Amino acid sequence: MTTVNEPYVLNIGPQHPSTHGVFRLRVVMDGEVIRDLDMIVGYLHRSMEKLAEERTYTQNIPFTDRADYLAAMSNNLGVCLAVERLAGVEVPERASYLRVIFAELQRIASHAMANGTLVSDAGAWQTPLLYMFREREKILDLFEMTCGARLTTNYMRIGGVAFDPPPEFWPALQELLDEMPARIDEYASLVVDSEIFLARTRNVGVISAADAINGSLVGPALRGSGVPWDLRKAEPYCVYDRMNFEVPVGRHGDVYDRFMVRLEETRQSVEIIKQAVAQIPDGPHKTDIPLALRPPPGEVYGRVEGPRGELGFYVVSDGTPAPYRFHIRAPSLINLSLLREMAVGVSLPDAVVALGSLDIVVGDIDR
Amino acid sequence: MPAGPHQLDGHRIAARLGAALPGVVTRATQEWVEVAPERVQDALRWLRDSEEFDAAQLSNLTAVDRHTHFEVVYHLQSLDLNQQVVVKAIVADHEAPSLPSAYPVYKGALLQEREVYDLMGIRFADHPDMRRLFLWEGFPGHPLRKDFLGIGHGQTSGLQRFPNEDLANRDRMMNAGNLTSQDMPREAGGSMASGGH
Amino acid sequence: MSSAADRRPATPMARQILEHHSLLSRARALPGEARFVLAVLTLGALVAGAGIGFLVVTGQLDGRWYDLRDLGNATAHFRGWTQRQGIHSAVPYLVTGLLGGIAILSLVGGWLVIGVWAERRLIAKFQIRQGPNRVGPFGLLQPLADAVKLLQKEVLIPIGADKLLFFLPPILIFIPAMLGWGPVPWAPKMSYADLNVGVVYTIAISSLGVLAVFLAGWSSNNHYALLGAMRTVAMMVSYEIPISISLLAIVLFTGSLQLSDIVAWQAQHNVWMIVLLPFGAFTFLFASTAEINRTPNDIGEAESEIVAGFHTEYSGMKAGLFLAVELGNALLVGAMMSTFFFGGYSLFGLERWIPGYLIMGAKTFLVYFGFVWLRATLPRFRLDQLMAFAWKFLIPLSIIQLLFVAVESMVVVQSGLPGIVTIGGSIIANAALTFVGVRAWANAIGYSPKEMASPPIMTNGVGGLRAAEQIRAAS
Repeated sequence: MTTVNEPYVLNIGPQHPSTHGVFRLRVVMDGEVIRDLDMIVGYLHRSMEKLAEERTYTQNIPFTDRADYLAAMSNNLGVCLAVERLAGVEVPERASYLRVIFAELQRIASHAMANGTLVSDAGAWQTPLLYMFREREKILDLFEMTCGARLTTNYMRIGGVAFDPPPEFWPALQELLDEMPARIDEYASLVVDSEIFLARTRNVGVISAADAINGSLVGPALRGSGVPWDLRKAEPYCVYDRMNFEVPVGRHGDVYDRFMVRLEETRQSVEIIKQAVAQIPDGPHKTDIPLALRPPPGEVYGRVEGPRGELGFYVVSDGTPAPYRFHIRAPSLINLSLLREMAVGVSLPDAVVALGSLDIVVGDIDR
Repeated sequence: MPAGPHQLDGHRIAARLGAALPGVVTRATQEWVEVAPERVQDALRWLRDSEEFDAAQLSNLTAVDRHTHFEVVYHLQSLDLNQQVVVKAIVADHEAPSLPSAYPVYKGALLQEREVYDLMGIRFADHPDMRRLFLWEGFPGHPLRKDFLGIGHGQTSGLQRFPNEDLANRDRMMNAGNLTSQDMPREAGGSMASGGH
Repeated sequence: MSSAADRRPATPMARQILEHHSLLSRARALPGEARFVLAVLTLGALVAGAGIGFLVVTGQLDGRWYDLRDLGNATAHFRGWTQRQGIHSAVPYLVTGLLGGIAILSLVGGWLVIGVWAERRLIAKFQIRQGPNRVGPFGLLQPLADAVKLLQKEVLIPIGADKLLFFLPPILIFIPAMLGWGPVPWAPKMSYADLNVGVVYTIAISSLGVLAVFLAGWSSNNHYALLGAMRTVAMMVSYEIPISISLLAIVLFTGSLQLSDIVAWQAQHNVWMIVLLPFGAFTFLFASTAEINRTPNDIGEAESEIVAGFHTEYSGMKAGLFLAVELGNALLVGAMMSTFFFGGYSLFGLERWIPGYLIMGAKTFLVYFGFVWLRATLPRFRLDQLMAFAWKFLIPLSIIQLLFVAVESMVVVQSGLPGIVTIGGSIIANAALTFVGVRAWANAIGYSPKEMASPPIMTNGVGGLRAAEQIRAAS
C-alpha cells in the first residue's frame, strides 16, 4: 500500500507570533516541509514616497521614523545626509559626532530587538528578549532625555541635530557604556553556547557569499555570509573615518552567524560611542538652512549603514521646496529577496528562524 | 554635482560599455550612463561580469516618472573595488511602460522590480513573478505616477506654495530660532516649527 | 552636571518600582502595639511547636488517629471502628474514597489557582520583570481575574469543526490529569489507591492525554492545530519508550511495581534514585517535558511556529481548561519525579518528625520550579531533532543502562554484601556509564557542539566576494 502526501496551504500571518508585525507568508507544505512560499506584504503600506513629494525636505524627516520604527535615528541620519549632499549643506563637527553617537545607540537598541526576537523565534520563552530589552530601555531613556521621544525620534535635522543633549545625558550615557560590555557578555552566556540554540540555528538558512551579494543582501545578513561590507568602513560618513572599530563577518552564512555578527556589532558600537564621547568637540549642533530648502535640480543616492544594512535614500530635486522623487531603499524588503531560496525545502521551524534572522521590520518593508 | 564619494564617472563607463557592446549606450553624464531600454540586461550583465567594474550587487532599483517618460535607475556597486555605477534606462511609453527585467542578472531585483511595477506601473518582461507587491490586485492606477488621481501632466502634484516660506526675505533661516509664533499661520504653524526653541 | 543617582525615573511605572517597599520594611513601619501582638503570637507559636515536638519525640503520637504526620492513620482507625461496629465494609471504602477524591480535586484545583500566579511570578523574576502584582496582595488574585475573564469570553466553534469532537477534548483531557494522582504516595499509609501495579498504571494513564490532544487538533479543522496534534502524537509515541525503560530500571532495583514500595526502598537504603540512576532521571525529566508540552520540548504548541498548536481554535474557558491541565500535569510530573527519583515522602529519617506530605509537596514544587527554570531559559528543539534524540540517543543508552541495572540489582539482592558496597558500587558504575557512555555515544553519532559554536571573524577591511574568500581561507 502506498500513501500519497497531499500538499496543503498554510497561511502564516498577517497576525502570527513570528512574523514580527503584519507580514504574511502563504506556504505550501508537505507535512512539516515547506514546498513553496509566497510572501504577501503591504498591510502597513503608507505610501511614504508619494507623501514625501507633497512636503518639504524637513517635513519628510518624521516619515522616516515611521518607516523603520526600530531604527528611527538611522533613518533620520540617512535622509539628512542625502539631502545635505544634494543641497550642499555643511554640518558642524559636533553635530556629526552627536549623529554617530545616536546612530550607534540606535544600532545597539535595534540589534537587541533583532537578536531577542530571533531567540524567541527559536523558542526561548521571551527571556533573552527581555534581557536585551533591559539595555534597550536605557537607550530609549537616553533618546527621551534628548529629544522627548523614545521610538519615533525625529532628532536629526538637515544641517545638524535638533537639540544638544541635556547635561544629565552624558553621565547617564557613561553609565550605560560602562555596564554594557558586561551586559552583552551576560546575554551571550545565556544564548551563545546553548546547544539547543546551536542545534536550531547552525546550518539553517545558509546563504553563500555569492548568493548574498547577487541577491542584494545587506547589513548583518550579508556580513553573516562572510562578506566584509560595511558602509561605515567602505564609504565613511559623518566621522566614522576617525573611529577605530572592526567588522565581524560570519563563517558559514547561517542563522547563527547572523546572530553572532549582530552581537559583535553591538560590542563594536559600544567602542565607537566611547571614542565619539571622548572626541566630541564643543560648538554649534546645527547650522542654519533656509526655511524651505530648495536644493538645485539633480539627484542623489545617499546611504548609511543602518542596523539592517544599507539604507538608501534616492532623492530627485527639481528645484522646488518639495522633492520630485523620494525613494527609500528599504533593507528589510530587499533582504527578503532570498527568503524563498532559504525556506523552500526546509521544515517550518527552520523557516521561522531563517525569517527571524533576516530581522525584518514591517514598517520598513511596506513604508 | 552631488555624486557619491565612490561613484564612477559616467563617461568612463560609457566608453567601456560602448566599446564592448556597441549601441547600448544612449547618453552619458558625469553621474550616470543611460542605456538603451531593450538592452538593459546585456548592459547589466556586462557590468556585472567585467573585471574593471565588477558591479556584483544591485544596490538599488527604482524609477522616476518624468511626465512624458519613465526613468528606471539602477544603482550598482562593486564590493571588492568599492565603487558605484549608476545606470539609467528611459522607458518612453508612458501609457504601457515595459522593460526587460534585471532578475536574470541580479536576484536582488526580485522584489524591487515588483515594487516599481506596483507603484509606477512599469512591467518588467521575463520577471518570474510580476505581481503587485504592496497594493492588491485591482487597485486603480499606480500611485507613484505623477498623473495618479487624475492630476494632469505638466502640473506638479506637489505643494504649490509653502505658507511659511517668506519669498521677500529669503535669508530667513529656520534653524536659527528666529521664528516666532506670530509669524506662523495657525493651521500649518506647528509642522514647520522644527527648529530648537 | 547632576549625577546619575538623582535622575528622574522616566515613567510612572519606573517610579513605582523605585518606591516599592519590601515586606521587611513594611513590618518595621508597623505601630508599636501591632508589633507587640505579633511578638506574642510568634512566641505562642514557638511554645506550641515545642509541645508538639515533645509529643512526637516521646512517641506518644505514633499511630493515633490525630497523628497528622500521616493522614492514613485516621482512615485506618475509621476502618477499624466501622469493623467493630459491624457496619458493612463498603461504607468505609465509599467514605474514604469520596474524601480522598475531594482531597485530590481540591489539591489540583487549588494548585491551578496558585500555580498560574506562581508560574507567572517565577517567570517574571527570571526575566527581570515584576510579574502580576496588581490584583490583590502580591497579585495573588490574578488567576481569579483571569478565570473570570476567560469565563466571560465567547466560546467560538469554527465552521468547519466537528462539533462533538471539538466539544469533548477540554473535558477528556482532564480525566487522565486527575487519574494520574491516584497512586502517588504522600506518606507511608497515605495514598489514594496504592496499586500493586502503580508503575504500569502511571505509564498507561500518562499516555491517555494524547488522545484528547489529537482529538482537539483533528476536530478543529485548522492546519496549525493539526500540525500541533500530529507533533504531539509523534512525540508521545517516541517518548513513552524511554520513560518506560527508565522506570523499568527502577523496578529492577526495588523489585516492586508499587509506588509506595519504591519510596520505601529509597528510604530504607537511604539513597535517592537520581543518585543511583542519573541517566534514568535525566531521561524521565526530559521525556516528561515532552509529555507535558513544556520547553525545551513544547513543539506541540510552539507559539513561534504553529501559534498555539492543538488548541489554536479554542477560546474562552475551553482554552483555559487546556492551559489549566498543562499546569496540573506539570505538578503531577513533579510528584512522579519526586516519587521515583527523589525519595518521595522520605528525607533521610526526617520524615519521622516532618509530615511526609509536606516533604513530598516541597519536592514536587522543587521539580516544578525546575520546569519553570527550564521554560525561562531554554530555546525549543525542532521536531526531527527531538525524534532523533529519543530514538538515536535516549533509547539505546537507556537499554544499555537497563542491562547494567539488571546485573547490579542481582548483586544487590543476592551477593549478601553490605548495602554500602553493592549500592555504592552501583552508583559508581551508573555514574561512569552516564558520563562516559553519553560522551562516547555522542561522539559515535557525530555530535560535537564545541566545533559548532564559532565566533565571527573580526576584520578591518572592506570587500566583496574575493575578500570573503580570502578571509575564509585565512581563518
